Amino acid sequence: MSAIVLKNLDISYGATKVVWDVNLEVAEGESFALVGESGSGKSTVLKAIAGLAPDWTGEISVLGQKRGHGVDRAFATRCQMVFQDPYGSLHPRKTVDTVLSEPLQVHGLGNRGARVKDMLAAVGLDQRFRFRFPHQLSGGQRQRVAIARALMLDPRVMLLDEPTSALDVSVQAEILNLLKRLRREQGLTYLMVTHNLPIVSFMCDRMAVMNKGRIVEIAPATALHDGRFNDPYTQSLYAASGGNPDRKVTT
Amino acid sequence: MSTTKDWLLDDSPASRLQANLGSSYRMLRTLMRNPLTVIGALILLVLILAAAFAPWIAPYSPLGQDLGARLLPPSAQHWMGTDELGRDIFSRVIYGARITLMIVALVAVISAPLGLLIGAISGYFGGWTDKALMGVTDVFLSMPKLILALAFVAALGPGIENAIIAIAITSWPAYARIARAETLTFRNSEFISAVRLLGGSHFRIITRHVLPLCTSSMIVRVTLDMAGIILTAAGLGFLGLGAQPPLPEWGAMISRGRTFILDQWWVATMPGFAIILVSLGFCFLGDGLRDALDPKQGGKE
Amino acid sequence: MTGPLLEIENLRVSFPTPKGRVDVVKGLSFTLGRERLGIVGESGSGKSMTGRAILRLIRRPGRQSADKMIFDGIDLNSLSEKQMRTLRGARISMIMQDPKFSLNPVMTIGAQIAEALKTHERLARRDVKARVLEMLHAVRINDPERVVGLYPHEVSGGMGQRIMIAMMLIPRPDLLIADEPTSALDVSVQAQVLDLIDELVREKGMGLILISHDLNLVARYCDRILVMHAGEVVESCAAADLHKASHPYTRGLLASVPKMEETRDELPVLDRSAWSGT
Repeated sequence: MSAIVLKNLDISYGATKVVWDVNLEVAEGESFALVGESGSGKSTVLKAIAGLAPDWTGEISVLGQKRGHGVDRAFATRCQMVFQDPYGSLHPRKTVDTVLSEPLQVHGLGNRGARVKDMLAAVGLDQRFRFRFPHQLSGGQRQRVAIARALMLDPRVMLLDEPTSALDVSVQAEILNLLKRLRREQGLTYLMVTHNLPIVSFMCDRMAVMNKGRIVEIAPATALHDGRFNDPYTQSLYAASGGNPDRKVTT
Repeated sequence: MSTTKDWLLDDSPASRLQANLGSSYRMLRTLMRNPLTVIGALILLVLILAAAFAPWIAPYSPLGQDLGARLLPPSAQHWMGTDELGRDIFSRVIYGARITLMIVALVAVISAPLGLLIGAISGYFGGWTDKALMGVTDVFLSMPKLILALAFVAALGPGIENAIIAIAITSWPAYARIARAETLTFRNSEFISAVRLLGGSHFRIITRHVLPLCTSSMIVRVTLDMAGIILTAAGLGFLGLGAQPPLPEWGAMISRGRTFILDQWWVATMPGFAIILVSLGFCFLGDGLRDALDPKQGGKE
Repeated sequence: MTGPLLEIENLRVSFPTPKGRVDVVKGLSFTLGRERLGIVGESGSGKSMTGRAILRLIRRPGRQSADKMIFDGIDLNSLSEKQMRTLRGARISMIMQDPKFSLNPVMTIGAQIAEALKTHERLARRDVKARVLEMLHAVRINDPERVVGLYPHEVSGGMGQRIMIAMMLIPRPDLLIADEPTSALDVSVQAQVLDLIDELVREKGMGLILISHDLNLVARYCDRILVMHAGEVVESCAAADLHKASHPYTRGLLASVPKMEETRDELPVLDRSAWSGT
């Protein structure tokens, strides 16, 4: 069964169409990257899957079930999202504990204290952080909390919207390692939006390159090793990202 | 003592209670650092104490007339003098604190939550909800507050309860506007989206996430507005449409003293001082609260 | 023309905190010729503060001091605020991170660039216009005549940044300080903007200080690199020798960046306890 299937997906904001005819299939357990520059529509695709951009036509299915246009509760337990900005994605007045308990409350799940503790351990946060407010945490710690919140409902599919672009490189490495470990341990499917090609090489199996609202190429992540891309836009993006300096000989 | 303090300021609190107490304590400390805020808080404390213990503090009955002691100037016996019916003004001002406090509390209880809710709903949903609710708000806002209150009192009949209702009805639109503006700044933020994705209902988002973020600016605003509310109440009393004689309402007292303002200045001036003092107290406290309620403030400790 | 362009010794910048004044730049010293110097560090390393301190732009309650701060024979420490203002822009320019916040939204682009020129030089109106067009051309804006009449919100981020560069370079400064000039831009635009800065710097023989968090980017565009951590320079080396860096922090930073051909299963994480107390 495919984790995510997009068929003929068109997405609009008001009167302007921003994404045209996206077709995509992400296998279960796969880590898939949506790559592109700002304005390419990559984040919009992610939002439409999550239900935050309801103005679309076509078909979106997640884990074999077609998705409606709004936000629904059953969907929340299958698919969750991690946002780009760790400073904007946590409520400034709520402690880590409240943030992590909320999904359990919404879905009427019990044993909250223990679950929160386990989840903090899983994302590598000390128990000391449990009752802190976001302003008492660093950017990397906040992003760990955001990942923990998304995982509280045990989703199978995670949508990652540039989860490390607001972080320092050394912190970025920690978060990427964490995401990779969580995927391995829990068998998650990732759909990750990024503009950073080396991250794709580290995290993902396949990638789709978007330009001006359309997918121009779908390629395996190993194509990044030697820049073997078919589409001219992908090639220019690859070159602008510095190519692969470790491999001087090009074929 | 220092252990309690350490416990409160602990960077990694061990329970929900400790975290909340700790953040309240930090806020209190910020508040206490501003001398004006402390003065404001003290004034209001005195007001509350005066209202609570009025029968014990006041040396005379607020209503008891003594026509033999009419219009006496301030003296050791009558600290603020007496009015035209020989009533002790000091006692009346003390009892008046009860009425003022009641007006202030009731107006705050009625209008602030109403404005907050309407503003939050309007800002969160946007679209037609927003247009309709803000249309109503604008209608109220476009009329002068005192005139509108006058019209309501005229319709409902004079009296302290009706005055309170009238003031409450006229003051919520300002709060709705603030709450809406505040809501608009974070309605599209990622932490709201995150709750939606977790399956949280609109009701939950508004009550648990939007309202708590609006309340701090609302508390500040209400505190700052209290002075205006007291003045409006006093204005209604002055015009004879608020508290009715012989109730010792400050505005009404000034109104009565107006006749003697040139020869017996204390009759109108003493309650006037009380109004100024309490209004100032609310303003000072409001300014201090504004500085302390900033959520980032706690991190600077 | 002998001697370094900029000489700085023991530069300190401090900010007050509830626990007392804290130095965010702790005794930085370096000299700069007409070359390209990169300052790299993570957030909080003091790299941006260094850039601002050179222009004496540290705002209160921050404070800066230096034993020696000499720019082309001028002692920056002894200049009055007024003299400093004539120096800023004219001889030392600074490009900020986000063009959207640095351009005045109600002035046309042409007027803003012209103003940058007019505050420092007296020129006839026709000459001003010619210089503006020439400069826009130099930053590779295709039809400068049209762009001159546009407002900042009508141009894209990349073009906005190029306009910023035009504004900064039109008075022909000797030193350009670029603080994360491209981090708000897309990769393809990033390369264009940096190539442009690079070319202009080489052509005009200016000094460049490029401040960034991106090690590889700095290595690509600079001759020399200073790596900053917690207000101190932990490593100073030629850009070509970056891979031979010796300090554990630099090595850790280099290793933690994912590569195009990533074969590691896990990225090495900085062990912060190794060289600092925290």
